[in-house]
Amino acid sequence: MAGKKRKRSNINTSLRDVDFRTAFMQGNGITKLSAVIFGLGNFLHKQIIRGLIMVSVEVAYIYYMISFGLDSIKNFITLGTKVQEEVFNETKQIYEYVTGDNSMLCLLYGVVAIFLILGFILFLRTSVRSAYANQKRAELGKPIPTFKDDLSSLLEQNLHKTLLFVPVLGILCFTIVPLVFMALIAFTSYDRNHQPPGNLFDWVGLDNFIAMFAKGSKLSSTFWPVLSWTFIWAIFATFTCYILGMLLAMLINRKGTRFKAFWRFIFVLSIAVPQFVSLLTMRTIFNANGPVNVILRNIGVIGATQSIPFFTDPTLAKITIICINIWIGVPFTMLTTTGILQNIPKELYEAAKVDGANAFVTYFKITLPYMLFVTTPTLITAFAGNINNFNVIFLLSGGGPEAIDYYYAGKTDLLVTWLYKLTITNKDYNLGAVISILVFIIMATLTLLTFRHTGSYKDEEAFQ
Amino acid sequence: MKRRKTSMKKRQFITNTIVHVFLAVLGFIWVLPIFFVILTSFREEAGQYKSYIFPRAYTLDNYKKLFDQASSLTYGRWFINTLIVAIFTCILSAFFVLCVAYVMSRLRFKMRKKFLNIAMILGMFPGFMSMYAIYFILKGFGMLEAGPLKLVALVMVYSGGSGLGFLVAKGFFDTIPKTIDEAAFIDGATKWDVFRKITIPLSKPIIVITILNSFMAPWVDYIFAKVILGQDRKYYTIAIGLWTMLEKEFVEYYYTQFFAGCVLISIPIAILFLIIQRFYVEGVSGAVKG
Repeated sequence: MAGKKRKRSNINTSLRDVDFRTAFMQGNGITKLSAVIFGLGNFLHKQIIRGLIMVSVEVAYIYYMISFGLDSIKNFITLGTKVQEEVFNETKQIYEYVTGDNSMLCLLYGVVAIFLILGFILFLRTSVRSAYANQKRAELGKPIPTFKDDLSSLLEQNLHKTLLFVPVLGILCFTIVPLVFMALIAFTSYDRNHQPPGNLFDWVGLDNFIAMFAKGSKLSSTFWPVLSWTFIWAIFATFTCYILGMLLAMLINRKGTRFKAFWRFIFVLSIAVPQFVSLLTMRTIFNANGPVNVILRNIGVIGATQSIPFFTDPTLAKITIICINIWIGVPFTMLTTTGILQNIPKELYEAAKVDGANAFVTYFKITLPYMLFVTTPTLITAFAGNINNFNVIFLLSGGGPEAIDYYYAGKTDLLVTWLYKLTITNKDYNLGAVISILVFIIMATLTLLTFRHTGSYKDEEAFQ
Repeated sequence: MKRRKTSMKKRQFITNTIVHVFLAVLGFIWVLPIFFVILTSFREEAGQYKSYIFPRAYTLDNYKKLFDQASSLTYGRWFINTLIVAIFTCILSAFFVLCVAYVMSRLRFKMRKKFLNIAMILGMFPGFMSMYAIYFILKGFGMLEAGPLKLVALVMVYSGGSGLGFLVAKGFFDTIPKTIDEAAFIDGATKWDVFRKITIPLSKPIIVITILNSFMAPWVDYIFAKVILGQDRKYYTIAIGLWTMLEKEFVEYYYTQFFAGCVLISIPIAILFLIIQRFYVEGVSGAVKG
């Protein structure tokens, strides 16, 4: 019984996995016609409900295409042609606004239309493959699954489709479509001077990228310093927190240290507080008139009216931010490394002790290599996270101090906070999109280079 | 021999003392800002910066005023807004994350490896890079017309792409031995049965972590809330509400209330965080021991 079942499911699997090309080439007339009339192959084999679903999807799609889709595609290519105008209304004796095309909506509906077309093609392939599977089953004299079988397969061989459907739909709508939309804006002239609905914007090709890299332009003389600060920041922020956090964890884990739980609690307390609260607090603490300067004034380090420019001097601001980030990040590392440190085999340390190694040697020869081996993925994630660390920069310094020779950026702005300023404050959406794409390229290279070499990616089945 | 032993003991005592003093100093530095927040939240004198640290007089008024109905900044309302958003977000995202994680960990199908790669690259995108694209999309579909709709939009934004954050939960599912599943298959269970009756009950720690993590996101997110809610103060969430209190037009009057608000919001979040920590240790050590 079990063997028979296995065999049948094998045929089903092989039929399910047949690709579109072979299905279409080897299929008979009905299968081929299923590419035009969806569900035909299902109707003829008495899969009425399945066929009905397929046909209704096709009808809905054609209706959409005729009523909206074709216009959307046309507008997507032109991005609108009619500018909003003021026209004198003779009967009312007033000027009236005549709405023109909205380039932004043209672009958006165009993207939606493209995704619907892709979905339609996917459905077309499903229709042909399903018709082919039915044809083969009929030829081999196998039973054709009823609608009930189809439904129950959604909880068995096709469980992945059931479980993934809604999440993937969410990812598509809230991650992929916005990303495509954003990427397309990078190739348009959607800046402060081309704001819909009052104005139209148009495709400009690679102009924005060229402007960003053109030698001597204000944009490129902003981009390169911001990029290099982004990397300096990411390196410092990642490694200071990593090394200091690990040292702290080791200090607490030491054999001689008492009240281990108490020390851990003290440090964990600072991350239990929501990050924006601690960041905003830090901002007021280091303000020109904030508590730190007040204390320094009271004990006479600086004059009564003086203040140390923690956030207004470019270099000092960078140092302050990195130091505050240590305050925020160290407890995190301490928390994550404590467990791993306890897992380092004790024999290693004992052997080192017998060989007469001192604390430094054991740290650099045993602890650090072991930790690096285990925590490389987290380290990469932390580095990537720091490149995009919007919160720390934005809530602490807001990117300031302002720099006159920069294009709407401050001295401590990262690429992401500059992106925020360009889009939200200045409405230069095309430049923002260019930066998004550049950041994406940086991140993707970083990830692919490093993550693919880690053990957890290569043999993920090791523990199953 | 004996003398050497005592000298070693002495040395150890000295290092121990140094370590403890050092930890105490560090701990002091780490607790100080929190102490400052609490202190300022009880300060009676209004106004922003003072030329002293310790308040001249203490009061509970800052906390009471937060819930003053007549105030133009409605802390109580923000709290309820955030709570509603957080509840719906955590239900949806936990569901998404667990579904994707289970599929990626347990089921084998044609597109699996591709999906994993795509998810990894997409995961590298910080969500807010596409934030204004999302803003336009929501606006294009009329989701930003009214306040309550904006909150719905916020839930959609927080939970929509959350399926991508499946890696931790997948790592957990990976540790559940496959033999358990296979035993169930022999008894005639479908894959759905295994998911519902075996995997989910065995995964309590990771479910709690996922739910609490996604519950906390709306409380601490600043960017998306700001972009989507705009100037609609009545529908603000806590994070942007508190930020507003520090804006130039409000800061003189609301400075001490800001800290009171911070204390109030930090207590529940800190408790949740400590709970997650406890579960996290359990979760990482795997589902089935031995």
